[in-house]
Amino acid sequence: MAFPDRIERTVEIAHPPAKVWAALTTAEGLGTWFGNEATIDLRPGGEARMTWTAEGFTARMRVERVDEPRVFAFTWGIYGLPDEDPRRTYVEFTLEPVGAGTRLTVVESGFAQLSDDAYRKAYDGNTEGWAKELGELVAYLNAA
Amino acid sequence: MPPDSEAIAEQVFVALADPSRRAILAALAESGPATATDLAVRLPITRQAIAKHLALLTEAGLVTAEPGERRRVRYRLRSAPMRVAQQFLAALARDWDGTLSALKDHLDADNMHGRTVETP
Repeated sequence: MAFPDRIERTVEIAHPPAKVWAALTTAEGLGTWFGNEATIDLRPGGEARMTWTAEGFTARMRVERVDEPRVFAFTWGIYGLPDEDPRRTYVEFTLEPVGAGTRLTVVESGFAQLSDDAYRKAYDGNTEGWAKELGELVAYLNAA
Repeated sequence: MPPDSEAIAEQVFVALADPSRRAILAALAESGPATATDLAVRLPITRQAIAKHLALLTEAGLVTAEPGERRRVRYRLRSAPMRVAQQFLAALARDWDGTLSALKDHLDADNMHGRTVETP
């Protein structure tokens, strides 16, 4: 059984899509319910940042889709991995009007991605690397 | 056949399941590369047990052996498999339930303020 690559949740919210949209896509909204402080450049390719002051943690997001008031999506780094790690998950919010409210679906995907480079580093590189290390070690010991 | 990320992550989790190996990995993370002798001085584990665990960790690709001073083999932590394991933990740690509850609470609270502001 595989670990999840994809997380999906749907919630019914008793507020119209325009209001939910504002909460998801404005610095004021994001900085209130999601993080403690936020900035956002709301256009595809724009940067957004969210800071959790208690944890001293800032997430940097790249806005990917802005289809008001239906779809908002961004990518961000995988929590716990260094900022320079190229792996990122894709988060997409979909808003559907239901009566006077909104059905909000969030899908975050890409947890199980592993680039060829990461494979090499994590595994193949190891077996080769280990053989190489051993060789170097033997050479070193012989020379010493 | 290429190794899958689960196989890599499993080796990390198996290694971490043992308290002695956890202590060895923690010591390498904290203070950098060390020989089996260094580790035996710092940890309440016999040198023999440390050597056995280091051999296992090396085979699993979680540490690498490199030449150290006085012909001693030094062991260094490899971060790549840890990063693979981390992405599994990240999926488990992502709290969308809590986050979406916070969004609902925010909108409900905001709505109450909104009513007073929107009605002149």
